[in-house]
Amino acid sequence: MEYCPVVYPDQYNQEISKNKAVHIYFSQAVPLVTYIDESCLYLKEKKCTICLGVCKNDAIDFSQEAEKIEIKVGAIILSPGLEPFDPKVSDEYGYGKMENVVTSMDYERLLCATGPFEGEILRASDKKHPHKIAWIQCVGSRRVTPGNNSYCSAVCCTYTQKQVILTKDHDAEAECTIFHNDIRSYGKDFELYYQRAENLPGVRFIRSYVSIGKEIPETKNVTLRYATAEDGVKEEEFDMVVLSVGLNPPAEVEELADKFGIELNSHGFCKAIPSNPMETTRPGIFVSGAFQGPMDIPESVFTASGAGSLCGQTLDYRRGKLSKERIYPPERDVSKEEPRIGVFVCHCGANIGRVVDVPSTVEYALTLPNVVYAQEQLFSCATNSAKEITDLAKEKGLNRVVIGACSPRTLEPLFRDTLREAGINQYYCDMANIREHCSWVHSKEKEEATEKAQDTIRMSVARACHLEPLQEIDLPVNKTALVVGGGIAGMTCALSIANQGHEVCLVEKDTDLGGMARRIHYTLEGVDVQAYLGDVIRKVYQHPLIHVYTDATITEATGYIGNFVTRVKSERGVTEIKHGAAILAIGAEEYKPTEYLYGEDDRVLTQLELEDQIARGEERLINSQSLVMIQCVGCRNEDRNYCSRVCCSQAIKNALKLKEINPEMDIYILFRDMRTYGLMEDYYREASNKDVKFIHYEPDDKPQVEAVEEEGRPVLRVTATDPILGKRLAIDADYLTLSAAVIPPAGNREISQLFKVSLGPDDFFKEAHVKLRPVDFAADGVFLCGTAHYPKHIPEAINQAYGAAGRALTLLSHDIVTVSGSVCEVNESECVSCGACISACTYGAIEFHDTRQGKKARVNPIICKGDGLCNVKCPTGAISLKHFTDEEILSQIDAAVPEEEIIQQMDAAVGDV
Amino acid sequence: MAGVSRLQYTTETRLIRVMCSGRVDMAFILRAFSNGMDGVFIGGCRLNECNYITHGNYDALSMVHLCRKIMEHIGLNPERLRVEFMSSGEGILFTEVINDFGKKVKELGPLGKGEGVDENELKSKLEAVTKLIPYIKLVERERLRVPVKSEEAYNKFFTSDEVNRLFNELIVDKLAISQIMLLLREKPLSTGEISEILGLNQSEVSRHMNSSSRQGLVRYDETRKCFALA
Repeated sequence: MEYCPVVYPDQYNQEISKNKAVHIYFSQAVPLVTYIDESCLYLKEKKCTICLGVCKNDAIDFSQEAEKIEIKVGAIILSPGLEPFDPKVSDEYGYGKMENVVTSMDYERLLCATGPFEGEILRASDKKHPHKIAWIQCVGSRRVTPGNNSYCSAVCCTYTQKQVILTKDHDAEAECTIFHNDIRSYGKDFELYYQRAENLPGVRFIRSYVSIGKEIPETKNVTLRYATAEDGVKEEEFDMVVLSVGLNPPAEVEELADKFGIELNSHGFCKAIPSNPMETTRPGIFVSGAFQGPMDIPESVFTASGAGSLCGQTLDYRRGKLSKERIYPPERDVSKEEPRIGVFVCHCGANIGRVVDVPSTVEYALTLPNVVYAQEQLFSCATNSAKEITDLAKEKGLNRVVIGACSPRTLEPLFRDTLREAGINQYYCDMANIREHCSWVHSKEKEEATEKAQDTIRMSVARACHLEPLQEIDLPVNKTALVVGGGIAGMTCALSIANQGHEVCLVEKDTDLGGMARRIHYTLEGVDVQAYLGDVIRKVYQHPLIHVYTDATITEATGYIGNFVTRVKSERGVTEIKHGAAILAIGAEEYKPTEYLYGEDDRVLTQLELEDQIARGEERLINSQSLVMIQCVGCRNEDRNYCSRVCCSQAIKNALKLKEINPEMDIYILFRDMRTYGLMEDYYREASNKDVKFIHYEPDDKPQVEAVEEEGRPVLRVTATDPILGKRLAIDADYLTLSAAVIPPAGNREISQLFKVSLGPDDFFKEAHVKLRPVDFAADGVFLCGTAHYPKHIPEAINQAYGAAGRALTLLSHDIVTVSGSVCEVNESECVSCGACISACTYGAIEFHDTRQGKKARVNPIICKGDGLCNVKCPTGAISLKHFTDEEILSQIDAAVPEEEIIQQMDAAVGDV
Repeated sequence: MAGVSRLQYTTETRLIRVMCSGRVDMAFILRAFSNGMDGVFIGGCRLNECNYITHGNYDALSMVHLCRKIMEHIGLNPERLRVEFMSSGEGILFTEVINDFGKKVKELGPLGKGEGVDENELKSKLEAVTKLIPYIKLVERERLRVPVKSEEAYNKFFTSDEVNRLFNELIVDKLAISQIMLLLREKPLSTGEISEILGLNQSEVSRHMNSSSRQGLVRYDETRKCFALA
């Protein structure tokens, strides 16, 4: 890289900084290796080839050419992603003309430590830190003017809040101003995040249209014109302006659609069939991610697993045909041998080697007790390097291996595998993290970093001496799945699993299947929900592999991944269900309002009740003159500090339906933020065009409702402050509809305890990881989908249901599941039966059992999750967490200090092994 | 995330991986201090956001509170031990916390010297506490359990008079006895000598000696007028 003469704008860093023709795409790229791109002089003009001479590994081959490969496949998943909106299409944004107007993508790179200025936010014009920064929301989104998108890009509100929070992290004094329309923090935990950003000092959220004014020639500052109710039109100067650009469909999307023979919708995203957002108009081709329409990471991940499950349904008959079983050599018993440790220190290209002196670290490692071999490697994770570790382990008779490289989070399984290949127990491997914990975080302090790397390796070597061979337990997997909850999510998930050849027990607490969808008659997009639901219920009942239990309660749930036993009391009596996986899809409920005369006056309805009356053609409703809707009833408040996500579009849906039936009806929607995110924005616009009146209210100035009589007509008088005129306005309505919150289902606490899964702060189920594992629970073998996770629309619930099915199949399709060997164990002779460990283990993995010496604690290694809390609680040291024993950790603590005396101590300790 | 984001922090740290902050035994902290480490930092998941279902981070918090009390009692600055809770995504926070802790520890100076405690005396005190750990665990479990799982509740509980009283009643005495036993292991000593070495008043030492001899732990050597291990 250093020798390459081509310097050109770095595309990954939004062309803010420069790059070379030979480069690593970006610092987290996988694989983290260099490549040559089209800007190369040789590729363009057959000149240069300096790199050929410099590369000692002969890794550069200019004779390579693009190849066409034909692959026969049975199904295709399209996940081409999205393209950020380009504000250059319109002059009004000043992007490309004013230096200090940047897009949110540019700003994202500026914020990043691996960005163009190593995490310093600098202005293009003078490379100074901007102090006063403005964000403009909805750039390219929610506009019908040519070149812009009519839809809402769904993610910009929250990513802007993230950028504001990070900006304040960089510079606590920064003044951040966000010019926005509605703030759409409709995702799980997003409302809290919004509040966090809003409450930071020096942060202003201003609801106003805004336009770029001018660039001040001397300072290159940018002025913005905006209007507020209090101050009227203002022009204000900012050091930097960030355009929160929206999401476009992927580039060259028509070509892609043509190539695959699929249809697009009017916006250029993939046209899905109404019943399943992941199915394209062509059978066998599925779609995942933002090609469905703008979406956030968790939703993309649902659809990724979901599309996988749909492929599974299509290709189930060929499952396992292409996979090969690994065969390992028999394991050598080395427990009686003296530790013979091999140390491999990885350069990670330049990631470690540029900072840490790797050769001297190798030299140092060789001086450590019990180290019989040490060497450096360019990339320890490369296939040839991994093989080298295996070969050397055999050749040098190593019985423990220390890899000085990266975090064990990613590559530990790979290095453990090299030991297995060498016939050594995989738990004899230890990784010394000298990248994330050293070279990357001390990149300017080479000497100190080298010292730390050596210390870290010494600690690892000390630990390695104490490591013990552990056996992982192979458990058989029961092929049946249990789905709890017979709503759309539960049924969709059950069908997808059953269509891949697995028995499914579907448990529903009601007497009928259908869940909340039974109360929904149509969707915003016009799908007849009852017809669709009827179809799904019929498919469920007709499926030979699905067993439905209605009127059911779960009385007991025991067992563990692959082998659960759940007792269900239902109309069939008491059944004991044995299953390998469980999917919790117990839905959500509608909040019963206590405000706005609900329950006192029969003209006050919730949205679901309104929908029901519309569907039934209730004369009095349909013929009424005016109807008011109030949004955010029972949520976005102190009791429920979250957004119920679905109510805004539900209100629009019912308003449009009423307008369709009775165009004369006056409809008012009193809202805080209209959150018709994504492609639903078009319906919001349609409602507005059809003269549905939208009136904004503030949470501290809620509308008032009273039942009065006006000229002999009994009305509900709704008064609210008109945000533009600032005056109170009164609306006399025949009906009032409350957009009542979606609340967690009754019984979720019991279910969470039964299946040992956790609830989030809002009492919805808590997934294993918000973004990366959104349908898994932290408890192995248990998955979730639907509104039990968080309020969501039917298509989103379907996405997630397929996602959960896909995740469950990764377990159910195997005959065995392996559980970690790093679990707790009791030394019975030390156990004093105090029960401290048993009360610490909320997993219930430890129980007393009778022995000749009395009651002793015993661990069920399959239920044990290896957190080791019991180890700390035990007063006698009888229970220990294998692979993280007191001895192992103390040896690391001792080795952390390089003093001679301590090393002697360590020698003595090693002598005992 | 600090690593992936290439956020820079102070180089003095040496890291040990545990699967849960609740796995950190008080013995680990004491051992680090006996090895001359100047500060110990424990990083755990955010409270109420347990990766497991055990909420072991609360146990770490409770242990740290207790350990800090003990440190204070034996003359170590409790600021040398710190626990912080954060998610893996909070790289910036981690960097800030580590840099701040590093700075703090540097201000405090080398372990013991900063406090003006003699090295050998400190070692012996740490050893006395280490010997007491099984007992401390029992006390923590039986008497120092916080009913509500919240950070405020824990902080309030461990600074309450009630806990201070329990601490003095249940731990301080035992610790003194543990220290006395360690001294007597070296050689027999008189009450006066013991009180001088440990900086305790004579009547307290006599009280400990009486109770220990009743329990048969020590015996009084009439001829030499001093106590020895039984």
